[in-house]
Amino acid sequence: MANLNIKIGNLKFKNPVLTASGTFGYGEEFTDFIDINRLGGYIIKGTTINHREGNPYPRMVETPSGMLNAVGLQNKGVDYFIEHIYPRISQYDTNLIVNVSGANVDDYVAVCEKLNPLEHVKAIEVNISCPNVKQGGMAFGTTCAGAAQVTKAVRNAYSGTVIVKLSPNVTDITEIAKAVEAEGADSVSLINTLMGMAIDTERQKPYLSTYTGGLSGPAVRPIAVRMVWQTAKAVNIPVIGLGGIMNGRDAIEFILAGATAIEVGTANFIDPSVTMKIIDYIDEYCIRHNVSDISELIGAVK
Amino acid sequence: MDFTVVANERLHFNYSLLKMRPTNGDKLPEILPGQFVQVEVAESKNTFLRRPISINFVDYEQNIIWLLVRNAGEGTRHLIESKINDVINMIIPLGNGFSMPSSDNAKTLLIGGGVGVAPLLYFGLILKNHGIQPQFLLGARSKADILELNEFEKLGKVHISTEDGSMGEKGLVTVHSILKEKFDNIYCCGPAPMMKAVAKLAKPIGAECEVSLENMMACGLGACLCCVEKTVKGNVCVCTEGPVFNINQLTWQI
Repeated sequence: MANLNIKIGNLKFKNPVLTASGTFGYGEEFTDFIDINRLGGYIIKGTTINHREGNPYPRMVETPSGMLNAVGLQNKGVDYFIEHIYPRISQYDTNLIVNVSGANVDDYVAVCEKLNPLEHVKAIEVNISCPNVKQGGMAFGTTCAGAAQVTKAVRNAYSGTVIVKLSPNVTDITEIAKAVEAEGADSVSLINTLMGMAIDTERQKPYLSTYTGGLSGPAVRPIAVRMVWQTAKAVNIPVIGLGGIMNGRDAIEFILAGATAIEVGTANFIDPSVTMKIIDYIDEYCIRHNVSDISELIGAVK
Repeated sequence: MDFTVVANERLHFNYSLLKMRPTNGDKLPEILPGQFVQVEVAESKNTFLRRPISINFVDYEQNIIWLLVRNAGEGTRHLIESKINDVINMIIPLGNGFSMPSSDNAKTLLIGGGVGVAPLLYFGLILKNHGIQPQFLLGARSKADILELNEFEKLGKVHISTEDGSMGEKGLVTVHSILKEKFDNIYCCGPAPMMKAVAKLAKPIGAECEVSLENMMACGLGACLCCVEKTVKGNVCVCTEGPVFNINQLTWQI
């Protein structure tokens, strides 16, 4: 067996395979299919200070090699999470990471302060890239100043590992990455969904209630690989890669491009056990390529 | 779980009845009437997600599950073209089921529109096995779209509505004369406008009414939050809180 351990900030992971926020619920939905303890980590649904109902139905449409979603951060709020969900999911032997979102900087800080004392939450992923909310979300992630402002505030409010999730809907993602690195982020994860739109030509109406949504799935993978490759060269903090990873081969592609870890998102919808197959594949790949430590592969494509 | 196709009965140009058995010989899990499966469409070039399909019937004796599939696009077209011995991966079973009538004497009507008749066949059997005599009201565009009539007739009295009048009473199910009678329990599965119209009829006569929704789904597991329906409890996932809802839980204007 190859050594698959990796480190993000001070946090150790038993392997580089994480689940992407919003595609894995709270993990509990998947326990019939996988052993959560085998994951490197799992990132749970975007959490906000207050309960959010999300956007009206319809929120999803299938598109070529992918899907558009416009869920809009439906969640019951951080207090509900801490009181009702956290006690149920804190026993797993893996890194529990909470994705945090907010409409303004104070909201991000308030959520981080509430999560900070939780022993089993090992890191937060700061969502400055959700394309499906009117306030906050992507607005912070599309300017260096906005991204830096949120990162700085969160860094002060949260003592664990801080990962900032970046939007691909920008001119130069490396500039945003450098801005959050400068404010103390331990890592950046990319890419969140690409903003897209689809129209039902018979009804002459958009499929989504919000008109636009976030595109995910293998359709976005080459864009994500390119952005991970560019960003990994631009920053010194570890990069977490995601975007259309459907299998172990795709995970290796991101690692070669410079990702220290990867997140599996939309693929969980099609094969809820896919993360286990990806972990097995990475190990098998390392053996096949005489790699004794996964670090040899990270960024091997210069 | 992989299933092997043992029969594909083309009931009509647009519909197939697929009969499938677990490929590895495992016994079928316990399945509640009204539950559904998420079917992988492996060979389809332009589709990506699984397709949620109602469970039409469960034959535990032969360890076979039936799916009634309508050609509604590329994914389902691939499914209805399945050949015997094809292997199809399904997540099974998903969602909740219909609730039983509160009393064994409840006068019970099951209303299905088009391919929406699918979950009512298995539910009809369960009701019959509980000593409840279900009646069925099946609606479709025309005679050719009335599906599995012989199967329904084995379970109870069948009433029919067709829009063109080629079979049964002419018109929509909601104007069928059987609805002049009072029922204690009404269950309905079909297009959303039909279910809303049925709910509107059921409410004033005080019938308990459940409907089976088919909102667009991605995961089917309650993870993606795409298939939500607005209810008195807020937005809930149809895949895990449904697909069957009591109409009193919904926020339909009825």
